[in-house]
Amino acid sequence: MPVVVVDVVLKPEISDPQGQAVLGALGRLGHPGVRSVRQGKHFVLEVDGTPDAAELREIAETLLANPVIEDVELHLPTD
Amino acid sequence: MRIGVITFPGSLDDVDAARAVRLAGGEPVSLWHGEHDLEDVDAVVLPGGFSYGDYLRAGAIAARSPLMADVVAAASTGLPVLGICNGFQVLCEAGLLPGALTRNSHLHFRNRDQGLRVERADSAWTSSFSAGQEIVVPVKNGEGRYVAADADLDRLEGEGRVVVRYTGGNPNGSSRDIAGVMSADGRVVGLMPHPEHAVEDLTGPSTDGLGFFTSVLTSLVGSR
Repeated sequence: MPVVVVDVVLKPEISDPQGQAVLGALGRLGHPGVRSVRQGKHFVLEVDGTPDAAELREIAETLLANPVIEDVELHLPTD
Repeated sequence: MRIGVITFPGSLDDVDAARAVRLAGGEPVSLWHGEHDLEDVDAVVLPGGFSYGDYLRAGAIAARSPLMADVVAAASTGLPVLGICNGFQVLCEAGLLPGALTRNSHLHFRNRDQGLRVERADSAWTSSFSAGQEIVVPVKNGEGRYVAADADLDRLEGEGRVVVRYTGGNPNGSSRDIAGVMSADGRVVGLMPHPEHAVEDLTGPSTDGLGFFTSVLTSLVGSR
């Protein structure tokens, strides 16, 4: 069954306190080379038949992500 | 006056909201999110809580519930709607109010009595106050940080749509100390603080919260 992946991350201008907390932990764990962390969401959708790009974009932009605060990346199957 | 209070799966403060409506002199009407029936109520309150466990984003799934389609349609013709905490999140997710509510900047759940300044005393839900009045109402949220693009914040400020602002310290990192905003027509209001928890001396830090509920009753009388 075709698999569609949707990645959602906060827009660059929206501060991400969860990512900052992870960054703080990395510093304490001895990884000072990591300069920043942005936390996001990763959705894996199994769909019937050939994925409809327009429909999946609508799903991604109207439910999976909130366009006020988040950017979304849609990854359709390439084969 | 019949004031609907919508219960979503995971709502917590629907009973307190109904009680506040009753204490203010209105008749609370329990509404269920899964129906398509507003039961001819004169106004609607979306209560606090954790609808759908805050899955996906706080308020995101509740905003797509059957009854919310009716609320959005009715709001476009002037139905007064108040969203409290999770209800505010639902209103933003439903597109009835601008902006979004995100994880508190300090990452802690914050529960305390909170000073507020009523900026607008001419919305459907704040007419019992005077502009600039300082009140105390509890806040309790983990995702209460109000954010929007700077241009949108400027526009909101320019249009005078910031209804309530935090005083005495910002509990969650909200942009410009914004605790509540309203629609362009002043009929839809979203608040992060919980006025329904400040309606009786026995249990609240004040009875200041009652004013939000008496306001809408007054507004409705005036519009009839």
